[in-house]
Amino acid sequence: MPVIEIAGRQVHVNEEGFLTEYDEWSEEIAGILAKQIDIDLTDAHWRCIRFLRDDFKTAGETATSRRVQNVGGIPVKEQFELFPKKPAKKMAYIAGLPKPKGCV
Amino acid sequence: MSMIPNFGSDDSDRKLAIICSKGNLDMAYPGLILGNAALGEGVELHLFFTFWGFDMIIKSRMNDLQFSPAGNTALHLPIGDMHMPQSLAPAMTGMATKMLKDQLKALEIPEVPDFLDQIVAAGGHLWACRLSADMNKVVESDLRDDVEGIISASDFIEMTEGAQLLFI
Repeated sequence: MPVIEIAGRQVHVNEEGFLTEYDEWSEEIAGILAKQIDIDLTDAHWRCIRFLRDDFKTAGETATSRRVQNVGGIPVKEQFELFPKKPAKKMAYIAGLPKPKGCV
Repeated sequence: MSMIPNFGSDDSDRKLAIICSKGNLDMAYPGLILGNAALGEGVELHLFFTFWGFDMIIKSRMNDLQFSPAGNTALHLPIGDMHMPQSLAPAMTGMATKMLKDQLKALEIPEVPDFLDQIVAAGGHLWACRLSADMNKVVESDLRDDVEGIISASDFIEMTEGAQLLFI
């Protein structure tokens, strides 16, 4: 696994650039990851990211868009507005989590 | 060193059109699952409902799609790989439908109308087939409100120029 430096910290990433260690993530890192994919984080973005982080801790895997809607209470439509085109993957990336595995 | 995932270009014009021609519960799902996945990958999606697929978008029918094991020899009993006897299959639609629904629910797969809600919320487009509507005497008010139109085969071909096509 490659190790790269973000915000002055060494973090492990997979071959695509997704963080692989839950605890190596920080809010500062999230801001940088978001900027790299042209997203400026607002409170609405943070709501998604915090849900993803908390849910991963209990569910053990990254929430899909559907779960972010049904459990996290953030409508799919809003997710597409906040993280255009590929909300589930972009949210996961910024939240320092693996891509969601679920089909739905 | 910086590594940024490739989320595709924002101006990608990839387009997928899925023709949903079946109204059996099990055959409603392939189009929904793939269509939903396409939207999540930033692909423009058009679902075109024709013939039996109309049951997925007719308001009075869409909540009651059924699954029948009749004619499906790939349905097995819960004991090893034993086949379900086809002579019993026609009487088992109710039970088989309930079992399939329970399995889908356990996997948190939404019911058909709910799934289409999600697809529309994610930017997917729904269209209905003119000929099927005429044959079944179905009018726009019989269909989900988010069906964008009842269109002809030529309209569909025109609209899907450059799209990848899937017939289910």
